[in-house]
Amino acid sequence: MSAPDDPILTVEHLSMRFGGLVAVDDLSFSAQRGHITALIGPNGAGKTTVFNCITGFYHPSVGMVRLAHADGTTYLLERLLDFRIAKLARVARTFQNIRLFAGMTVLENLLVAQHNPLMRASGLTVLGLLGLPIYGHAEAAAIDKAKYWLDRVGLLRRADDPAGDLPYGEQRRIEIARAMCTDPVLLCLDEPAAGLNPRESAELNELLLGMRADHKTSILLIEHDMSVVMGISDRVVVLDYGVKIFDGTAADVRNDPKVIAAYLGVEDEEVEQVEAEVGL
Amino acid sequence: MSQALETPTRPAIDLLGALKSGALAAIVAFGLFSLLIGVRTDQGPTGALEIEPRLVAFGVICAVAFVGGFARALLAGERLDVASYVPEQIKAAAAHIGRYFGLALLAFAVIEPIVFYHNRYILDLGILVLTYVMLGWGLNIVVGLAGLLDLGYVAFYAVGAYSYALLATTFGWSFWICLPIAGFLAACWGVMLGFPVLRLRGDYLAIVTLAFGEIIRLVLLNWQSLTGGPNGISGIPRPSFFGIPFADEENGFAATFGLEYSATHRVVFLYYLILALALLTNWVTLRLRRLPIGRAWEALREDEIACRSLGINTTTTKLTAFAMGAMFGGIAGSFFATRQGFISPESFTFSESALVLAIVVLGGMGSQLGVAVAAFAMLGAFELFREFSQYRMLVFGIAMVLIMIWRPRGLVATRTPSVFLGKPKEVPAEVVAEARQ
Repeated sequence: MSAPDDPILTVEHLSMRFGGLVAVDDLSFSAQRGHITALIGPNGAGKTTVFNCITGFYHPSVGMVRLAHADGTTYLLERLLDFRIAKLARVARTFQNIRLFAGMTVLENLLVAQHNPLMRASGLTVLGLLGLPIYGHAEAAAIDKAKYWLDRVGLLRRADDPAGDLPYGEQRRIEIARAMCTDPVLLCLDEPAAGLNPRESAELNELLLGMRADHKTSILLIEHDMSVVMGISDRVVVLDYGVKIFDGTAADVRNDPKVIAAYLGVEDEEVEQVEAEVGL
Repeated sequence: MSQALETPTRPAIDLLGALKSGALAAIVAFGLFSLLIGVRTDQGPTGALEIEPRLVAFGVICAVAFVGGFARALLAGERLDVASYVPEQIKAAAAHIGRYFGLALLAFAVIEPIVFYHNRYILDLGILVLTYVMLGWGLNIVVGLAGLLDLGYVAFYAVGAYSYALLATTFGWSFWICLPIAGFLAACWGVMLGFPVLRLRGDYLAIVTLAFGEIIRLVLLNWQSLTGGPNGISGIPRPSFFGIPFADEENGFAATFGLEYSATHRVVFLYYLILALALLTNWVTLRLRRLPIGRAWEALREDEIACRSLGINTTTTKLTAFAMGAMFGGIAGSFFATRQGFISPESFTFSESALVLAIVVLGGMGSQLGVAVAAFAMLGAFELFREFSQYRMLVFGIAMVLIMIWRPRGLVATRTPSVFLGKPKEVPAEVVAEARQ
């Protein structure tokens, strides 16, 4: 891996407390531009909380989340409202429990994702209401873009079907396509392979690698499926009880004693030693 | 009876169970109606209160409950699939008619004043129905599209009516100037209601909007110096034909167009006015559905968090939905004021909000045609039962219960997507989100 230090996302001293519960404790890591960074850890380690802090659904108790665009513009995400993070900083996300607009068709879902450019083209609705051609062109372009992404995820034939009628694996792919329709610089995927069979997981790997290659999208990924994590991640960050216990390449993570301890537990005599190292 | 039922096609009928459930229903009816129907209080000759038992009516009710419970238990498990008895040809024909039903309804609405020119009652009823169609369509934006349950819609109707009444009586402004102003003011009130309820959904939103509707009514009732309080505002100018008054005089409408004066001219004009306003509401709504703002409303109804993750400003999206709905309510309100010539807070009670919401729910949330049909059916039924006003609410309640059993998503339950790649098709009701979540 070439490693010029060009982080797209820098998380510094991020802490998130809910009352007395410390979900994320003084977490610092960075994600490089154009890389796929995986965030893993046992259940309840605080991965989704980190995601929610990055995408503005939570406001972190302490810490800084900085996003740098390729042109040098930086955004401090912890100060932005959730919808502004998606709109200005262009961070898109998917959800652990899929959140599609079930009663709308797949195509409509992907058009809603292009709300902001379309809103501008429709002159904040006024021009669109009058039926000016400028909006017609913009909508045609938006439909083309939606078709492109549906084709990429292999679901163009389902465009006119209600999103809620699709099987689980297809809904996951639609959610990724929808997020990509917002033209993100950073895509945050919360367990994209959950509930997928091995063949579908392999297809997901292809899709994510292809997206990175063709669109220069950096990807931050929470995942339990190790075939996905090991197969495509450039870098792996491991969380346990809200604390970062590993940060390095996918190859190294398998052999790290703290990671093994977090996932598998340890022999009794090792417990004290490992706990001392982890700082528990 | 049991022999007739025990045909080979229906094996194993649990007669005893059916009798039991019939008896249970009868017992419940006995308990419920023993005081409600079984006895009647009356004033005796001495002026004292007397109790008169009504055993026959009470017995009939209990018997009906028994038969109902018995029949229900017998038919339980056998879904009465009416659709399977209808021949395919008739179904195809019905689908064909269904496609043009909206157009037929519109054509009927356009020619109604010509057909019933001499029937003032029908004309007035038509105006009333169209007013509620417009209100229904306006509320449909808020409830059906954006999924925000609004129980205080009548507040905007009142704001529009009082705006026109006050502007016209105080400054003498014409209807056509006041109409957009009334719409604008109502939209402002929509935004004012929208701000405090941004975080609320479902039942909580319903309660706050309900209170808002009552607040507006109470302010109108108590602000004597401005609104005239319970006396209302009278002498509101009637609409003119773009400046030409409907009066029996030299420069009146009839004289200008060389017609014989007739009071019906104004009624027909009012009819076409509200028809045009309602169609404007419909046109704007249908257009908005195909624009990003309309899609954002529907997306908001489906999943607010997903909306925010896609960069949609849910605050402005909600406020525009409230403002749009309120604006059409306000415009309908100023039409109401000019038609009546007199308004008072009595016309803007909660029951009006409930009626409009019932029209939207009955019609099928989000469906324009369904709302129009529901308004027609609802007000038509009200008029039909005018002579039996005692039973009006009873029949109304039973009808609502039956419709909620058979068509819980309203008359037109499917959703028409706003855009297609291929052939248009409907979205079934089961996957579409409802206002109450």
